[in-house]
Amino acid sequence: MPKATNADDSEPSDGVQIDLISGERMDGMATMEKIRMILDGVHDGNIVILEEGLTPDEESRLIEVTMAEISPDEFNGIEIETYPKSEARDSSLLGRIMGSDKVETKLTVIGPANQIETLHKDETLISALVSRN
Amino acid sequence: MGLFTELKDSISRVTDRLFSEQEPKRIGIYGPPNAGKTTLANRIARDWTGDAIGAESHIPHETRRARRKENVDIERNGKTVTIDIVDTPGVTTKVDYEEFTDELDEEDAIRRSREATEGVAEAMHWLREDVDGVIYVLDSAEDPITQVNTMLIGIIESRDLPVLIFANKTDLDDSSVKRIEDAFPQHTTVPLSAKEGDNMDEVYDKIAEYFG
Ligand SMILES: Nc1nc2c(ncn2[C@@H]2O[C@H](COP(=O)(O)OP(=O)(O)O)[C@@H](O)[C@H]2O)c(=O)[nH]1
Ligand SMILES: [Mg+2]
Repeated sequence: MPKATNADDSEPSDGVQIDLISGERMDGMATMEKIRMILDGVHDGNIVILEEGLTPDEESRLIEVTMAEISPDEFNGIEIETYPKSEARDSSLLGRIMGSDKVETKLTVIGPANQIETLHKDETLISALVSRN
Repeated sequence: MGLFTELKDSISRVTDRLFSEQEPKRIGIYGPPNAGKTTLANRIARDWTGDAIGAESHIPHETRRARRKENVDIERNGKTVTIDIVDTPGVTTKVDYEEFTDELDEEDAIRRSREATEGVAEAMHWLREDVDGVIYVLDSAEDPITQVNTMLIGIIESRDLPVLIFANKTDLDDSSVKRIEDAFPQHTTVPLSAKEGDNMDEVYDKIAEYFG
């Protein structure tokens, strides 16, 4: 699988890399592959945007792995923002009967905690400040 | 409710339990750091067993290990509901040891943050494997709509666990229970002050109703 890396490997650029990852690309991946891809990106200082987000179980594991990787002065963890789930769809009886976590898709933004700060969030908008460093 | 009478009855209640089919339900107390989880766990434990569960602190991440109090018998309307209380470290997606350097020296701050990260991982694990119900504690003076709260409630819902939301710190001027009810309309919100002991009767009624 090609890994998303800085196009210019020679000089670290002073920009912020943003990886937009399609639902299609995530579909074929196992939970730990997804988590690795996200955290590798975040460790490199990238902002990772997932078109379809993660399932609650994957989110729970992402928190767990993130905690294991936090290290003083190197990595403080992640900032993660998703749109609140739309109730009507998620907890619908049909959705539950079908047992599908994938009924909902929720755009998810993940970045290094020390570089991304959420300025504002509501049902339809996420506004974040991203700093370099 | 007469704790003294409670104690006198405890022997017969132990006997009852020996013959009851049901294992105590394990109730996890979750929520963000500083919401008052340990204060609540201690109050429940003190009210029904006479002793506490762990240290409360204004410094976040005082609770770095999930702590358990077993066989807490809560008596409601002549019936006894037995629960194990699990007080968990506050869940977060980030821990910066520099948050602690105001109050602790660097070495202790680093140790505290390392323990905090282990504790959060452990709390997530408990949620996936080991709890039968959840009390989600929020500081009602703070905005409840945070990513961690939304994500955690989503995780809890996906596991189909019974959940009660506790709007704690109603004694504070800025407290707004409505803000919490509006944020999580799909769940029952119970207002309380764990510190002052306000509204504990409703707290125990709801615990018995949801987790009994
Ligand atoms: N005003 C007020 N403060 C509270 C209440 N419950 C807890 N606190 C305080 O909030 C801080 C954090 O409490 P703690 O139980 O350690 O929170 P935890 O991190 O969620 O376990 C402590 O200073 C408590 O005294 C309450 O009902 N009202
Ligand atoms: Mg605590």
